[in-house]
Amino acid sequence: MITAPALAHYLVLGAILFAIAMAGIFLNRKNVIILLMAIELMLLAVNMNFIAFSSFMDDMAGQVFVFFILTVAAAESAIGLAILVLLFRNVGTINVEDLDRLKG
Amino acid sequence: MSFPTFLFYAFAAILVFAALRVVTTRNPVHAALWLVLAFFTAAAHWLMLRAEFLAIALVLVYVGAVMVLFLFVVMMLDVNFDSLRAQFRNYVPVAATVGVLVLVEMALVLLGSYLKPGSAALPAPAAGGNTRALGLLLYTDYVYAFEIAAVVLLVAIIAAIALTHRRRRETRYQDPGKQVKVRAKDRLRVLGMPAEKRDG
Repeated sequence: MITAPALAHYLVLGAILFAIAMAGIFLNRKNVIILLMAIELMLLAVNMNFIAFSSFMDDMAGQVFVFFILTVAAAESAIGLAILVLLFRNVGTINVEDLDRLKG
Repeated sequence: MSFPTFLFYAFAAILVFAALRVVTTRNPVHAALWLVLAFFTAAAHWLMLRAEFLAIALVLVYVGAVMVLFLFVVMMLDVNFDSLRAQFRNYVPVAATVGVLVLVEMALVLLGSYLKPGSAALPAPAAGGNTRALGLLLYTDYVYAFEIAAVVLLVAIIAAIALTHRRRRETRYQDPGKQVKVRAKDRLRVLGMPAEKRDG
């Protein structure tokens, strides 16, 4: 009889979230905004794992790392959205398939 | 089923549903709102894990700031979002395959501990609360990393402004440098003008 959710519950929840976000990247491969949101979901899954391990192993270092991940993720989305706005202003589209100026 | 277990499954169901809607919904504004729900539910999970500070930080920073930024950008861009979903259904098989593969691989690794009965319960909460424990660690062992994080945020602010700032041609700007450098003789011209004589 499990009286409270164990560590593995949270790890599996994180894995499900990560898998959904990964499928979302494949589903919305044209829309940069949804791609950024899927990346945020992935980071959320990673943070969930960090906090679950931190709580169950009684080690605060995991939560410190989540703090830094939140910081970097906020910076990343701010710059990502700024680039997105700039892209739309210059090219007039956010469709990934049209962004082939570098001919990579 | 105990109450914490019930709460866990309820929140987990909401979280998974919201995450699914984020990646499948038609309208990006709705996707952003579903993402808000996902973050909120994740914060509830973190509260149950006794990470109170980070749960509140997630709500304040993500729901309050980052998602508002997302909504601003989505509403500012005049994009025909339907054309971006033209071949949406074509990608479903590969997306489902990859998603299920990732999930199965992770589950295979995790199931070893998942099936083990009598897993350890949550340890006792830290004395003085989670925020105090986190602060004590953050300002001693991780103080340099903390300062680097502050610099990263500063660089992000400057980069975001520098990228999106544009000068409008029709707007008149002041140039403080020119204002300071100006001399009286640039502005005032004294003309030598002989006094006129009275004719009469």
